[in-house]
Amino acid sequence: MLRVHCPLCGERPYTEFRYGGDASRARPALGTSSLEAWHDYLFLFDNPKGPHREFWQHEQGCRQWLLVVRDTATNVVREVIVARNAGPGGGQGPGSR
Amino acid sequence: MYRYSLLRLARHALSDRPWPRAWRQAKPRSHYDVVIIGGGGHGLATAYYLAANHGMDRVAVVERAYIGGGNVGRNTTLVRSNYMMKGNTEFFEFSLKLWEGLSHELNFNVMLSQRGQIVLAHSPAQMDALARRGNIMRLNGIDAELLERAELRRLLPYLDYSAAARFPILGGLLQGRAGTVRHDAVAWGYARAADSLGVDIVEGCEVTGFLRDRSGVHGVETTRGRILADRVAVAVAGHSSQVAGLAGLRLPIESHLLQAFVTEPVKPFVDHVISFGPELFYICQSDKGGLVFGGHIDGFNSYTQRGQFPKVRQVAECAVALIPGMSRLKLLRHWAGIQDMTPDGGPFICRTPIRHLYLNGGWCYQGFKATPAVGWCLAATIARDEEHPLVRCYALDRFARGGESLDEYGHGHRPYRH
Ligand SMILES: Cc1cc2nc3c(=O)[nH]c(=O)nc-3n(C[C@H](O)[C@H](O)[C@H](O)COP(=O)(O)OP(=O)(O)OC[C@H]3O[C@@H](n4cnc5c(N)ncnc54)[C@H](O)[C@@H]3O)c2cc1C
Ligand SMILES: [Zn+2]
Repeated sequence: MLRVHCPLCGERPYTEFRYGGDASRARPALGTSSLEAWHDYLFLFDNPKGPHREFWQHEQGCRQWLLVVRDTATNVVREVIVARNAGPGGGQGPGSR
Repeated sequence: MYRYSLLRLARHALSDRPWPRAWRQAKPRSHYDVVIIGGGGHGLATAYYLAANHGMDRVAVVERAYIGGGNVGRNTTLVRSNYMMKGNTEFFEFSLKLWEGLSHELNFNVMLSQRGQIVLAHSPAQMDALARRGNIMRLNGIDAELLERAELRRLLPYLDYSAAARFPILGGLLQGRAGTVRHDAVAWGYARAADSLGVDIVEGCEVTGFLRDRSGVHGVETTRGRILADRVAVAVAGHSSQVAGLAGLRLPIESHLLQAFVTEPVKPFVDHVISFGPELFYICQSDKGGLVFGGHIDGFNSYTQRGQFPKVRQVAECAVALIPGMSRLKLLRHWAGIQDMTPDGGPFICRTPIRHLYLNGGWCYQGFKATPAVGWCLAATIARDEEHPLVRCYALDRFARGGESLDEYGHGHRPYRH
């Protein structure tokens, strides 16, 4: 079973978490009027077969949103940080596009 | 084509002469009019209709592995046309009509079994929603019948109607023409029929890149060399993002796992396909006696093709909540397939921003029942370089245009929620 190492609670089964999807995209700045920018942010995915930056919320634990790098080809979790430490721009942390 | 018939069957039964191969083991030629990437049900059906409906025989299907190894051989074989959104309703009914004639068309018994599908309602609101769905179907000339609890008790006596039932059963919606089809036979039947019309089916041939210039795509790079083609279609199920990515396209698609389950065989008792109301869960019984069932995707992006155990448990809980008698059955096998999930749960069949490159993908849970119509409409789209009228609703830019979502259940725009 997939297990996620929560930086606050330790290693837990993924069923304690809620998946929050792709974290690699930066939300357009508030007030951006380009529909294309919003479309791409909302609807287009890199969908990599390999390392994937994604959000999980430790819903049944500390309730923190986490930023997880997981390999979608093997399900091996490579990195977990608390999402708010990922820097401005949501999931736009170190190593993002 | 070496036609299958009762006479041939009798002759082969009496002699030990082996049956001939159903399709040639083709080597890729250097140039084709159309190359289709992906030898699943969709790719093979498209090749067949390109040849049968449009007279194109310089066509190749290139398949990374072997025919039948993808989702066409992993799905739970349900076919139905009880859709509600405009576009879906007409498309899936067209597909069901093609299924009804397919065994004759292909000279291959695809074992269509129109045993009827019953979607259950467990609350007055669900009953209303089913009545609405049924009315929309009937207005489109599709059979639908609303059933009361008493009728269900007669038809499906083995469901939990007790006062203790976790989800009381109020009624259901029956589509009598829905049912199952033998999935392998669909792949083999289309492959054999396409081959007999001159289509090359090239197995063990993975596409690794596209040949492109300013005028568009004009071929593919493969593990078996370069193949030139005037037109190229992508029909790779769970790998649409990967293959489209080779051409520099980003798609509104995420890849997710869907699992399927089969129990040990028992005597026939589930005569229909049944869909549970509270959760996505459906079940039918195979000709061998195994109960075949499935539920939701695992819920996070994955290409591992290995399902997570908590999903096994959740689906088993649904099974037992619905049919308590199943609690003592053993699970014989379970497996997973990689499927494209889209922001509205609807697919794409369309031209792409790159000329002469066509896309069929984003099929979510529903691509098997669509197989004949996908083949028919994608073939027409390729042959005429313009979308077939039945698939105009499946355009890649529908989210950019807005107001054209195909979200049947109102789950919102996150692919993993569908
Ligand atoms: C568990 C499960 C249950 C399902 N149940 C149902 C159901 O009951 N009813 C229903 O309607 N639908 C169902 N579906 C969905 C349905 O199976 C799919 O939508 C449909 O089969 C996809 O089309 P296909 O048959 O062409 O796919 P596939 O058979 O997967 O064909 C795609 C092919 O492309 C090949 N390919 C990939 N990349 C490359 C490359 N680079 N080069 C060459 N070839 C490549 C793959 O090897 C594969 O063979 C289910 C799916 C799953 C996983
Ligand atoms: Zn935690």
